[in-house]
Amino acid sequence: MANNLFDGTREQMNKLLDCIEQHKSDPGALMPVMHEAQNIYGYLPSEVQTVIADKLNVPLAEVYGVATFYSQFSLQPKGKHQISVCLGTACYVKGSDKILEVLEKELKIKCGECTPDGKFSIDSCRCVGACGLAPVMIIDGEVYGKLTSGEVNGILEKYMKD
Amino acid sequence: MTVKELEKLAADKADLIKVRKIVREQAEELAKNTGYRKQVLVCGGTGCTSSHSQQVIEQLEASFKELGINDVLIVKTGCFGLCALGPIMIVYPEGAFYSQMTPEHAKTVAEKHLVKGGEVVKELLYGETVHDDGSIIPFAEIPFYKHQMRIALRNCGVIAAESIEEAIGAGDYAALAKVLTSMTPDGVINEIKAAGLRGRGGAGFPTGLKWQFTKDAVGDKKYVCCNADEGDPGAFMDRSILEGDPHTVLEAMTIAGYAIGAQEGYIYVRAEYPIAVERLKIAIAKAREKGLLGKNILGSNFSFDINLRLGAGAFVCGEETALIASIEGKRGEPKPKPPFPAQSGIFKKPTVINNVETWASVAPIILNGAEWFSSIGTEKSKGTKVFALGGKINNVGLVEVPMGTTLKTIVYDIGGGLPDGKQFKAAQTGGPSGGCIPATHLNVPMDFDNLTAIGSMMGSGGLIVMDENTCMVDIAKFYLEFTADESCGKCTACRIGTKRLLDILTKITEGKGEPEDLDKITELAEHMKSSSLCALGQSAPNPILSTMKHFSNEYIKHVYSKQCPAGVCKSLLSYQVNPDKCKGCTLCRRNCPVGAISGEVKSAHEIDTKKCIKCGQCIAHCKFGAIEIK
Repeated sequence: MANNLFDGTREQMNKLLDCIEQHKSDPGALMPVMHEAQNIYGYLPSEVQTVIADKLNVPLAEVYGVATFYSQFSLQPKGKHQISVCLGTACYVKGSDKILEVLEKELKIKCGECTPDGKFSIDSCRCVGACGLAPVMIIDGEVYGKLTSGEVNGILEKYMKD
Repeated sequence: MTVKELEKLAADKADLIKVRKIVREQAEELAKNTGYRKQVLVCGGTGCTSSHSQQVIEQLEASFKELGINDVLIVKTGCFGLCALGPIMIVYPEGAFYSQMTPEHAKTVAEKHLVKGGEVVKELLYGETVHDDGSIIPFAEIPFYKHQMRIALRNCGVIAAESIEEAIGAGDYAALAKVLTSMTPDGVINEIKAAGLRGRGGAGFPTGLKWQFTKDAVGDKKYVCCNADEGDPGAFMDRSILEGDPHTVLEAMTIAGYAIGAQEGYIYVRAEYPIAVERLKIAIAKAREKGLLGKNILGSNFSFDINLRLGAGAFVCGEETALIASIEGKRGEPKPKPPFPAQSGIFKKPTVINNVETWASVAPIILNGAEWFSSIGTEKSKGTKVFALGGKINNVGLVEVPMGTTLKTIVYDIGGGLPDGKQFKAAQTGGPSGGCIPATHLNVPMDFDNLTAIGSMMGSGGLIVMDENTCMVDIAKFYLEFTADESCGKCTACRIGTKRLLDILTKITEGKGEPEDLDKITELAEHMKSSSLCALGQSAPNPILSTMKHFSNEYIKHVYSKQCPAGVCKSLLSYQVNPDKCKGCTLCRRNCPVGAISGEVKSAHEIDTKKCIKCGQCIAHCKFGAIEIK
């Protein structure tokens, strides 16, 4: 399981407990609770999974099973700036793999990883549905469309500064 | 609300919506009844939002304040379909089609066009809507829309996506009122059966039969479910419907609930679609507020409510048994069928599951009758189909055409052909489960059975166009990477089969392929098709088999001559500077994103092949054609 130092606040924990309380009696409550937990903490450390398992009365193994099955749940914290490159078909035939490659070279990390200073993380995603803008990269929710590999470094620079 | 109140609200809003649907002269007359001199529709779908349509709206609001304009209505709609030209803005009653809007453009249009006595700003209109003599063509008459027939997308890009009043004005919930006041559950099912509606999610199973089976199944509780886990990369029609006309889905699910005897429904939607999720939440809340969901709908004794469930990024959850597991809060692993969901679905209760586009076709069938619907399309595929046009095509976007329309019409008449005068090589339909259609089949009428016959499939309707620069072996490998990654791992055939197929394809694209690899692929593919548990594994070999069938020469070139004819497979090519042509202008060096090019001004440059990622930026920038692929 995740091996990071967990530094959740009391406020975060209260939010999580509230959310569990709210969903507790719904059938199939586990996924909605995990979505909310990931929103609160940014990822799902083992400590959080344990709380969910206890309070919902499901085995921890099941919580871990669900957390690792779905690609949107992460056991690792993400970077301050989260980069996501669309590798859906429409973006791929327009060269999004090259965008990813430039990012990996520039930030010296692989897709799915986070830079050691915690500033950037890169992920790939399957189709955000903005196929008209292919190829597409998303940084912190901001969509950059109709990209060429030559434009990537310029965009990254904006985020390097803060 | 009661049926009477619904009808009154619909009548009150009808003119407002109608102005957006009829020809200019009549629309101008009608606009006088609406209280608005003009209406500005701005697309608020994912594509246009990504290119900042929200800022266009904010600018319009600011300009209106400044200019004292208070009789022009701003409407934030769902997707118009022509995503390539976003952000899109249409002004009624004239139907002026502004494309690629920026806040500055919006300011100009407000000042020159939207003020009293203003004129259309022709230079900002989409080029194809202006005649040589300067007169404008309403957007509905441009080639992209002219060949379409919009049933499922009828309200997308027409109504304010977050307004239940506008949805009702456009006819939503009228079918529900008809069903609750004048039809029996069996009557509803018979109508859907007679219409010949088949599931739009991929398999094409007759919808009416599915409803019948679920109605006939024994259970103390039954469920209605909407599959909005649109996983096929490159397909985005379901998202568009949810973003543009969410009420049609809620209405159709309620109708199905009445028909099969269910009181509860689930919508399972991808979390990657934040706008669609938001619009659904708003729509459900407003429908409850109006009494169109909840207890005693429209004053009848029928009650029905809908829950929303979010996916978490697993392609396999589009498979119905996996989707059910996910709704139950478990790992989304499929189960063997039978039992089918109609007998044992969500929480082991009889469940009817349909795809978003299928749901969006239900209300028009109820209102216009089965005969009308079945008169559209081909013998065994009735109605229309929405395709998401993407890849190497000019008009990227969503198109809805009668079943049986040829690929040629879609690609050339509607899609506007391929960019840069490139040749059409193939179109991929059905995503990772489908196959490719080569140029020789451009005239095949597209319906469920014809596509299967030529080795592809309808799938959810993703249609990716590829040109001469696309390598078919690489595309097959791309899809296998996808399925190998998304295989849930439950059954061996799929878990190991996808991995092994990918290994072989990787070998071939790296120039290490051997002749017997091609036979191995065929053998392995057959085993996977016959022994995988669910459709993901059974159909995973399709992209390879169909590219091998139609483009065998490319496989042979990769394996025997170690060449990639399309110039894509990196291991088989290298970038070099031709020193005779290079003028030493440094443009390539300055534009190389990885610093692989070196050289002094006015002397021939060199590419470090170890650093080069073969992205093509140097070729794009070289004015002398000095960079060659070998």
